[in-house]
Amino acid sequence: MSTTLIQFAYLVASVLFILGLRNLSSPRTASMGNQMAAMGMLIAIVATLLVQGVVDYPVVIAGLVVGSLIGAIAATRIQMTDMPQMVALLNGFGGAASVLVAGAEVSSRITAGDEPSGIVPGAIVASVLIGGLTLTGSLIAFAKLQELMRGAPIQYPAQQYVNALIGLVTLGTCVALAMAPLDLQLFAILTALALLLGILLVIPIGGADMPVVIALLNSYSGLAACATGFVLDNSALVISGSLVGASGLILTKIMCDAMNRSLGNVLFGAFGAQSATVSVAGDGADQGTATAYTPIDAAVIFSNARSVIVVPGYGMAVAQAQHAVRELTDTLAANGMEVNFAIHPVAGRMPGHMNVLLAEADVPYERLVEMDEINPRFPETDVVLVLGANDVVNPAAREDESSPIYGMPVLEVDRAQHVFVIKRSMNPGFAGIQNPLFFKENTMMIFGDAKKVVIELNDAVKNY
Amino acid sequence: MLEAPAIAALTILVLALFVGVEVISKVPPLLHTPLMSGSNAVSGITVVGAILLAGSENNPLATWLGFAAVVFATVNVVGGFLVTNRMLAMFKKNPKSDK
Repeated sequence: MSTTLIQFAYLVASVLFILGLRNLSSPRTASMGNQMAAMGMLIAIVATLLVQGVVDYPVVIAGLVVGSLIGAIAATRIQMTDMPQMVALLNGFGGAASVLVAGAEVSSRITAGDEPSGIVPGAIVASVLIGGLTLTGSLIAFAKLQELMRGAPIQYPAQQYVNALIGLVTLGTCVALAMAPLDLQLFAILTALALLLGILLVIPIGGADMPVVIALLNSYSGLAACATGFVLDNSALVISGSLVGASGLILTKIMCDAMNRSLGNVLFGAFGAQSATVSVAGDGADQGTATAYTPIDAAVIFSNARSVIVVPGYGMAVAQAQHAVRELTDTLAANGMEVNFAIHPVAGRMPGHMNVLLAEADVPYERLVEMDEINPRFPETDVVLVLGANDVVNPAAREDESSPIYGMPVLEVDRAQHVFVIKRSMNPGFAGIQNPLFFKENTMMIFGDAKKVVIELNDAVKNY
Repeated sequence: MLEAPAIAALTILVLALFVGVEVISKVPPLLHTPLMSGSNAVSGITVVGAILLAGSENNPLATWLGFAAVVFATVNVVGGFLVTNRMLAMFKKNPKSDK
């Protein structure tokens, strides 16, 4: 196959990637979009296999078969609740592939005596640095999400100084490798430093901030592919890599905005976190008393309601209550009520995670409404049901300037007529911040396991 | 100074970034998880470079590094597209509310 034809195949593939991503703008066309992107990938791979220089087919085919098997098994077995771990691993594998390709290219050039020039040495350095830290950073994020290691930030004395020192050494090695790109020893040292840096950068970040980290690493895996594209002078890699890089950066920004924090604060904020939590631990005790109700009480209120909004949090997924919730909303809808779900951007453990969990439980997607769209609707809503969500419905974010989450965009559930909060106990949530919502006059607490309470509630509404 | 191919690649990079921002901004939060897994599969395009290095006549080190890269990148491609497909199949319309 001639070089021109292969370049043309890559162009077709790139166009299919862009069209595929564009079709993700609506759930109706999204499936087709994904298939278009997959088709583009198939075209790119087949064209590459036909390149004249590719002669060692057994090695290539073996790699493709092994990778396909692992990927297919993982993709079919993974639970939807574990999707963040899957994406974290895939990010890491993307980074690994970039480092390995750069290594293979350097080794191949050494044999050929082909000294790289122009932008290539810099691209080799970028591939190794970004790819390496994406690999280990993603593995740490995976371990934290999978609870193989504790989610709390890991800190040690003089951490910032140690990181800064290793950062400087890495920078020096980058410059050295850029000037002598065919030095395999330097290549190995930079790889080791990048791997170490990935670990050091992610261990001080708390489990609750993992959505931001995954989005950022998603971006890095794209940028690494992009850098590799410059190493190989391959436009398909440059285009796809930058698409993914842009995607990850946008998602990172959305996540940061939803938490009212800067990226710098998420990445390095854990160092100051201790003092912040201590200062809020004291208040909240004199806020009044929360009142406990039963599902039967709730059924009485529901019987007079016209509109209901459910606010799901990750607690709902932990209790595996999605299907019970869908059954309850089916009952309510069958009784003529308008039922919607309010989805906060950080609900779940990665961008969009809550939507996938509810879609899996057969909740129709047009009932899943995003925050900006649903907030104006709360004042006209009769009943809000908060399930395993806490900080994202905390009115202190709007009202209490001394609150650590002040300014964070939240779901304004307290503006509704009645609010039911289903919760295990009065313990403040993960962030340790007291929630004044629980003490409001229109709030009714129902204590217990989310799944059990929702099933009881469904029975009570049916039999009312 | 950079030679012409590098400038061409840089041009492509910058334009692709703009296209990326335009296209991705239109993806609703509803589909952000499939977007991440799908874009992961797209970044598996590194497989193309890996195939070229693993498949051409090369020294053993380059061949084996290339082989490992083919495996990792293929996991990305196949795993990413399949899991995205699985997720997107779950997003169904409410059969009753066809307005």
